Amino acid sequence: MNKIDALIIGAGPAGLFTAHQLKLIGLDCEVVDNLDKIGGQCIELYPDKPIYDIPAVPECTGEELTKNLINQLKPFDIKFHLNERVEEVKKESDKWFVKTSNGNIFLTPNVIIAGGVGSFEPRKFSPKECEKFENKSLFYSVKNKNIFKGKTVSIFGGGDSALDWAVELSKDCKVNLIHRRDEFRGAQATADKVHQLAKAAKINLFTKYQMISVKGVQQLESIEIKHDNNEIKNLKTDYVLGFFGLIMQLGPIANWGLNIDKKTIEVDTEKFETNQKGIYAVGDICKYPGKLKLILSGFHEGALAARACFKLARPNEKYRFEFTTTSKNLLKRLGKKE
Amino acid sequence: MAKITYITSDNQTHTLEVQNGLTVMEGAVQNDIPGIDADCGGGMACATCHVYVKEEWFNKLPKKEDGEEDMLDMAFEPKKNSRLSCQIIVSDEIDGLEVNIPSKQA
Repeated sequence: MNKIDALIIGAGPAGLFTAHQLKLIGLDCEVVDNLDKIGGQCIELYPDKPIYDIPAVPECTGEELTKNLINQLKPFDIKFHLNERVEEVKKESDKWFVKTSNGNIFLTPNVIIAGGVGSFEPRKFSPKECEKFENKSLFYSVKNKNIFKGKTVSIFGGGDSALDWAVELSKDCKVNLIHRRDEFRGAQATADKVHQLAKAAKINLFTKYQMISVKGVQQLESIEIKHDNNEIKNLKTDYVLGFFGLIMQLGPIANWGLNIDKKTIEVDTEKFETNQKGIYAVGDICKYPGKLKLILSGFHEGALAARACFKLARPNEKYRFEFTTTSKNLLKRLGKKE
Repeated sequence: MAKITYITSDNQTHTLEVQNGLTVMEGAVQNDIPGIDADCGGGMACATCHVYVKEEWFNKLPKKEDGEEDMLDMAFEPKKNSRLSCQIIVSDEIDGLEVNIPSKQA
């Protein structure tokens, strides 16, 4: 059990700067995120896209912004729990009991939800019967490539994951690569490699096709794919891999008793607290009159939520506002000479 | 102003007057049309404002940018007449546009 002053859910820009603000005012905090890396939407959706409306930063990409925010956290020792999703939040006397998908447990007076539009989950195939084979013979990521050895693997998608795995698995499997159009959005070099392997009959390439059904009773036996011109092909296959990127799902947050409207959580604009005392929401996921879904708003919201956390984490102390330019306390926490 | 008709997957028809300059996505979101999520808020980064444009309209709309086609790879059941509604800007020229909303966005 981890006893901490505050737990942040979400390691995007709003969560990262909130962590900075908490540590700066002397509170300890940890961060949980479902992605395998820090940065949230900035790193997952638009790492290379320039952003032009961060105050005092005329231009930076999502990746650069993330790097700078991580840099700004360097003076502090903050534990990140990546690849973990918060599953449960419940009241335990005057604290919140929080449990993650990996079984980590936190007891804290303050939970700050900086969850963007929810947690990133893989996009799935549309035919319902695919669920039956999920994680048995149909996967949305590869954990152990050895299970595919000598088997037929049908890979769907046109991005880097689909192309990379098609190339890799073609070494010792029979690979079908199926994509909805002729162009691939993955790296050109890999796309070229795929075309070479297709020419050499190492990869069976099916473009302008999409999955329409999976067949099999106990075990997956075959799939049906349909061409743009409605022609249907039946492919025998042992495994199916789908790489359609990630989608944001609100997930378990919906069950924590918060006021949720259209995937956003209502908060006040003093503490950014939700209808539950000690649970705050900052960044894209919070909603109040006039809310702007801008990164800069998330920074402001996090700064105020952090001050509100102080009252619950240190009920017997008085919070004193200080500037980093002059405060010896703050400079010490930042690791600067007094 | 342009009249835009949104048809949900259960065949409910919603016809709205949408201001020029807004996107077809914004027209839907601001008027609570169900089925258009627009998670990323119009950044062409999520494919959850996916719509099917009626054939007769599809070729009249300005062409897709490359990035939009890439995002459509990730949309739920994309078809030849698929578009991201955040990339269709409302103007007098598209008065009467009809779009079908897929049964889900993900």
